[in-house]
Amino acid sequence: MTDAVLSVEGLRTHFITKAGVVKAVDDVSFSIARGEVLGLVGESGSGKSVTGYSIMGLVDAPGRIVAGRIMYRGDELTALESEAMRQLRGNRIAMIFQDPMMTLNPVLTIETQMVEAILAHKRMRYDVAVARARACLVQVGIASPDARLAAYPHQFSGGMRQRVAIAIALLNVPDVIIADEPTTALDVTIQGQILFEMQKLTRETGAALIWITHDLSVIAGLADRVCVMYAGRIVEQGTTADVLGAPRHPYTRGLLDSVPGQAQEHERLRNIPGMTPSLLDIGPGCAFRARCAYATAVCAQTPEMTPIGADEHTLRCFHPLPAADLFAAATKGAGR
Amino acid sequence: MLVYVIRRSLQALLVMFVMSILVFVGVYAIGNPIDILINPLADQIEREHAIAALGLDQPMWTQYAKFLAGALHGDLGRSFVHSTPALGLILERMPATLELALIAMLIAILLGIPLGLWAGLKPHSIAGRSIMAGSILGFSLPTFWVGLMLIMVFSVMLGWLPSNGRGPTKDFFGVPVSFLSLEGWRHLILPAINLALFKLALLIRLTRSGTREALLQDYVKFARAKGLSNARVIGVHVLRNILIPIVTIIGLEFGSVIAFAIVTESVFAWPGMGKLLIDSINLLDRPVIVAYLLITVFMFIVINLLVDLLYSMLDPRVRMADSKG
Amino acid sequence: MTSAAAETPFRRIASDFADSRIAVFGLALLGLIVLMAIAAPLISPQNPYDLAQLDVVDGRLPPGSVSADGATFWLGTDDQGRDMLSAIFYGLRISLSVGVASTVLALALGLALGLTAAYFGGKIETLIMRIADIQLSFPAILIALILLAVLGQGMLKIIAALVAVQWAYYARTVRSAALVEKRREYVEAARCLALTPARIVFRHILPNCLPPLIVVATVQVAAAIALEATLSFLGLGLPITEPSLGLLIANGYQYLLSGKYWISFFPGIALLLTIFSINLVADQLRDVINPRLQR
Repeated sequence: MTDAVLSVEGLRTHFITKAGVVKAVDDVSFSIARGEVLGLVGESGSGKSVTGYSIMGLVDAPGRIVAGRIMYRGDELTALESEAMRQLRGNRIAMIFQDPMMTLNPVLTIETQMVEAILAHKRMRYDVAVARARACLVQVGIASPDARLAAYPHQFSGGMRQRVAIAIALLNVPDVIIADEPTTALDVTIQGQILFEMQKLTRETGAALIWITHDLSVIAGLADRVCVMYAGRIVEQGTTADVLGAPRHPYTRGLLDSVPGQAQEHERLRNIPGMTPSLLDIGPGCAFRARCAYATAVCAQTPEMTPIGADEHTLRCFHPLPAADLFAAATKGAGR
Repeated sequence: MLVYVIRRSLQALLVMFVMSILVFVGVYAIGNPIDILINPLADQIEREHAIAALGLDQPMWTQYAKFLAGALHGDLGRSFVHSTPALGLILERMPATLELALIAMLIAILLGIPLGLWAGLKPHSIAGRSIMAGSILGFSLPTFWVGLMLIMVFSVMLGWLPSNGRGPTKDFFGVPVSFLSLEGWRHLILPAINLALFKLALLIRLTRSGTREALLQDYVKFARAKGLSNARVIGVHVLRNILIPIVTIIGLEFGSVIAFAIVTESVFAWPGMGKLLIDSINLLDRPVIVAYLLITVFMFIVINLLVDLLYSMLDPRVRMADSKG
Repeated sequence: MTSAAAETPFRRIASDFADSRIAVFGLALLGLIVLMAIAAPLISPQNPYDLAQLDVVDGRLPPGSVSADGATFWLGTDDQGRDMLSAIFYGLRISLSVGVASTVLALALGLALGLTAAYFGGKIETLIMRIADIQLSFPAILIALILLAVLGQGMLKIIAALVAVQWAYYARTVRSAALVEKRREYVEAARCLALTPARIVFRHILPNCLPPLIVVATVQVAAAIALEATLSFLGLGLPITEPSLGLLIANGYQYLLSGKYWISFFPGIALLLTIFSINLVADQLRDVINPRLQR
């Protein structure tokens, strides 16, 4: 992708603990273009959040990025000095976290927490910054922004707090927004509203949005492209239509099948047998093979990402599932 | 809010009342002051005169009732030893103790919080680990022995500082204080450092653990994600959060500092309430002991009350809940 | 947090404890001190309380001096001619025994009251906890001072005062831990099976209260030793016939100004090392037993 605004190549983030090495992110590559929405899908422990932190440079000890490059507009982020990285954070690359009750500081007002995000990156008069904060609150659909600015986080509902978090992300008009499960902690109805807002905003501002989630239904309606992660690696990547409509990786297939809406009435719910492997000292070979119906001896080697089909659809599997048209009937209505 | 204050004040009064009974009854059982204060060679008539004059012949409850009546008028009895009102004696010594306690607390705060913050931010560095080991040493050191050693080093061996007493004082709005003069400081500095040591160690540990816990919180990560400078993340986000419990603990510990001053005042012959108490215990000067206890209990209750109020004002979560309810 | 071999909780605690070299050092030092205290009569050059052995002529000699009959006073002598080294060994004995005894008794009392409060709840719980809270809001030294002023001197009285000052910590710790356990399902189940309260408490609730108790107890031993020393120094603690380290230090107070530092200095060092080593151990123990920092 030549007009990529952010490009991750071969990222590996490992945590070196007393018990061993946890390979939270192990060879992740993707890129995202301006105005695009990329979905990063996976179960808990698949490494998707850590990927987000790695891009932001917020990986906590004992974790470190041990290999790979993150290119943003010609800068290699992993090689940047901490001050240069700080100037990008919250400014050109912003992040929205999962639970805004925990992420907003309970003893500071909203105004303080918004204005400081502006003033950390640009010199301007305080009242000008407040005006900008007010405008962003309105942009995310919050009425009476002045009252909200003077308030403290615990006085808001969950949905409102998340809107504030989104507003904070937008303050400096970033090029890239990383949203780490922003709707998981919210009611389903609020979820819908937030999703709608996010979509609208990315269209308006042209920001690239990386949406991290475990919820396929969210991705289906929102994302242009999808990366499916398993045990720290991307196993399938491509357009939403390709990956969700005609998945080629057994794991993606299993994920889609286990969505309750897929099962017919009175049929047993399908799930993927087994459990996600521990990422501690994970060895070579395909991480999914213990749970895969199609695994053979060759799967003991680590598969690489290889193109399959058209349209930049890539896959990490020695036994890709048959092509789309045979499955069209079965996947009818998948996520749409 | 008003209801809360009234309720707490009533509770405080009740505790004061109960404590006054306990204190009076307890101290009543100490030895036999008659033998101490009256010349054993005095004949029977003189003894009876003295006993009647000091009110020691009355039954306990009468003595207590008289005492209570007097207390409500601000009269807590007369010292057996000094023949002056006990309350007056204590109030006379109070500024010395309070000044010592305040300066000690200040030292502990000004050194303890920054050191604790540093140890919390860099727990595995040499500085961080030394600070922690030092803090354990700090509260392992027996206060009285450190006082003796300070005297030994700075007074005896080096001859820089006086070894006891308060020296000349200056007037500060009518209250005699030492901190306004250099000579005063020369007398003040050793006992203040001695008294501060234990609390300093405690504050370092408290600040460190508070900082470590705060750093694990999501709001710190979020603040970094906004691109805030490290100085702001620590100085505003972390500090505001840990200061709330720390301030309340400082307030509560202040009462303990006043009590601990008893030891420091004894070592340095600092003319405060604490030294008065020890002397009174040894001389069985009952009214002074009772007066001291009551005043101290009163101070603690007031301090606890103020700290509670302070906490509810500082933490916006509590403040909002209060005003709604 | 699984490892290859099955670990008993004790082993895990022991291995986590050993992670800190300082703590291990503290434990070793403490062991040494306890040994010295136990073996005091065997290792002291002189029995400091046998008046026949003392010679006032030997009084106030600096460390390293030699007595008339050729024995070396490694740490000097006090005003009575007592060998400081021997006095310190015996003093350690007393300080340690008073500290440990009072802690054990306070633990037992606090445990009993805390469990009672947690199990029966209601008015009993409120009463016990209210008393504990009020007591804890006053500084220990004040309470101990007043109690001793009333009770007088003597080893039993000091232990009683120390117990009175400490029991509330244990009661509060036990009650919180017990309350958490009480809400767990297995206690409901045990109740349904009509097990007697005693059995429920001892077999089920108690073992889970132990870890925090151990931490509190370790810290409190050091605090008790320090408090007893302070009280003895002020003249309100142990009588002269049973001199703890605090009294030894007090004895040396008057000689400080004439430069005879050793009479107060060395007992103080002994006291310091004792308290310090206990605190080092307690600190690591707390970090190891407290699950919150297991990130």
